[in-house]
Amino acid sequence: MSANSAPKTARPLSPHLQVYKPQITSAMSIFHRITGIALACGLPVFVAWLIFVAAGPKFYPIFTNPFNTVVGQILLFGWTFAFFYHFCCGIRHLLWDAGYGLSIKAVYTSGYLTIGLAVVGTASVWIKVYGLIP
Amino acid sequence: MKNKTPSLRSSLGRVRGLGSAKGGTEHWWLQRLTALALIPLTLYVLNGFFTYVVFGNYSGAVYWLHSPFSATAVILLLAVGFHHAASGVQVVIEDYVHCECAKLFGVITVKFLATAFAVLGILATLKILFGA
Repeated sequence: MSANSAPKTARPLSPHLQVYKPQITSAMSIFHRITGIALACGLPVFVAWLIFVAAGPKFYPIFTNPFNTVVGQILLFGWTFAFFYHFCCGIRHLLWDAGYGLSIKAVYTSGYLTIGLAVVGTASVWIKVYGLIP
Repeated sequence: MKNKTPSLRSSLGRVRGLGSAKGGTEHWWLQRLTALALIPLTLYVLNGFFTYVVFGNYSGAVYWLHSPFSATAVILLLAVGFHHAASGVQVVIEDYVHCECAKLFGVITVKFLATAFAVLGILATLKILFGA
């Protein structure tokens, strides 16, 4: 009997995402993906920056000027946070792969630690950029 | 269960190219290996970027990329980073796109674009290093 002719019984479906109570574990998992995609979109922008540096000082402002606007600054801020979040959460994933921190308690602790470090990292970079602390 | 035609093909031959009999382990392992390499690379490049580029503007950027150490870090970041990004986006596409045709098209496009951008970035870095 091939797999195609298996009887089509109405089997119960696994609970869908909408009926799940939001948990830090699942929310952080999907946010790891979202920040990863954001960073993947940021890499070509980094390449564009390199191309404009190579093009010379005459063309360089064409690239940098849009980032001096409010929208540009928000974008850069978002990428900074995405980087720090994905960086910390990535290390968390590598530690899980190595077999560490897999208990429920440890998962929650490292989860809050990841969010905290991402906020601190982003804040420290932007405090430095705006020269808020000399 | 009745056997229709007895097959001479081995069990291994029948599963090759299906399900888990592909290159999953290699993909998984390379994703971790590139992640590990990106820890020092991103920190080094980000630190240089904020030290020389954000405050030094154009001359700072050229000064920074004229060093073979920064240029090496940027080139490695591009090569490893685009590999990591492409394999990550590939997993996302494979998880959420169920139409085989669109899935294949998406994954191939991502791989081609990532390679092209990586080469473009590396060549721009070399141009700056050797005097732009």
